[in-house]
Amino acid sequence: MKYQYREYGSSAVADDNGRMSSKLHWEDFQPGAVAVYGPRRVTREEIVAFAAEFDPQPMHLDEAAASATLLGGLGASGWHVCCLLMRIIADGFVLNSSSMGSPGIDEVRWHKPLRPGTQIRVRSTVLESRPSKSRPEMGLTKFRYEVLDAAGNCLTTMVTTAMLARRESGAAR
Amino acid sequence: MKFFEDIAVGDVYEYGRYTFTTDNIKAFAMRFDPQPFHIDEAAAAHSHFGALCASGWHTAVTWMRLMIDYRRRMDDAIRARGEPVAGIGPALGFRELKWPRPVYAGDTVSYRSEVIELRVSNSRPKSGLMSFRSTGVNQNGEPVLSLISTTFVERRGTP
Repeated sequence: MKYQYREYGSSAVADDNGRMSSKLHWEDFQPGAVAVYGPRRVTREEIVAFAAEFDPQPMHLDEAAASATLLGGLGASGWHVCCLLMRIIADGFVLNSSSMGSPGIDEVRWHKPLRPGTQIRVRSTVLESRPSKSRPEMGLTKFRYEVLDAAGNCLTTMVTTAMLARRESGAAR
Repeated sequence: MKFFEDIAVGDVYEYGRYTFTTDNIKAFAMRFDPQPFHIDEAAAAHSHFGALCASGWHTAVTWMRLMIDYRRRMDDAIRARGEPVAGIGPALGFRELKWPRPVYAGDTVSYRSEVIELRVSNSRPKSGLMSFRSTGVNQNGEPVLSLISTTFVERRGTP
């Protein structure tokens, strides 16, 4: 269990070992900032397991059936790609931020299939940043995320807004 | 799936409902979205959500699953009449996904879709493009999810 303490106007946080670390707040995400998170290799087993649970269509479940579809072979559910993106950015920075969740997703485009064995990274670009009008303790940050394979091909793009606590508020825990 | 020509703007599909529980909320979030308000009741109680709530991705993929199950039942009914089933997919993506309020443990969400646009595909002449708005509402009738998806649907072909 983490404990944390705050001085007024500071985001200083101590971890389990008393080591100081800095939690990212809304102010830390300036338009134009780019970061890359991952990598993660996606196995056939996890593609099929996700599909069996949430998106049981032939092109996500079985090679033979998938080759007869427009996908032309087994590929991950687009929703699986979104969930993998979420996990990669969670580990990449969200869990070390003042995240207050998200009101939604502007757009997701599935450009190319995610095939078994592909190693993916997520490139994050801050598009916009604005304070919340209704909630002074919060700011809104618009991100574009790109899911890239090892060769740098973009498989999926997502544009979404994150709600982040502002540094001076100390609202998020 | 029905063929593209047999689908009309305004068609509504009711997919059924799903109850989110403390266990299934945490299990999903541990895999894909382990933010404190999705995996830890105490942390969630101190967050602006006020209580444990489901990852928005969990509420979205649950819609996907119920929709696929519905389509499978629809296809079975079409085949039972001895008629051909149209192919569907791949989907291009989605837009305007909104999570207007949290889904808490114990909430039951009902999902449906409505066809909002149909157009011929230039890139795939054997298919049409169907856009539909999908929504989830909780047991109080309050919206918790909405999104617009676009996917290919097979055409009957040139007569």
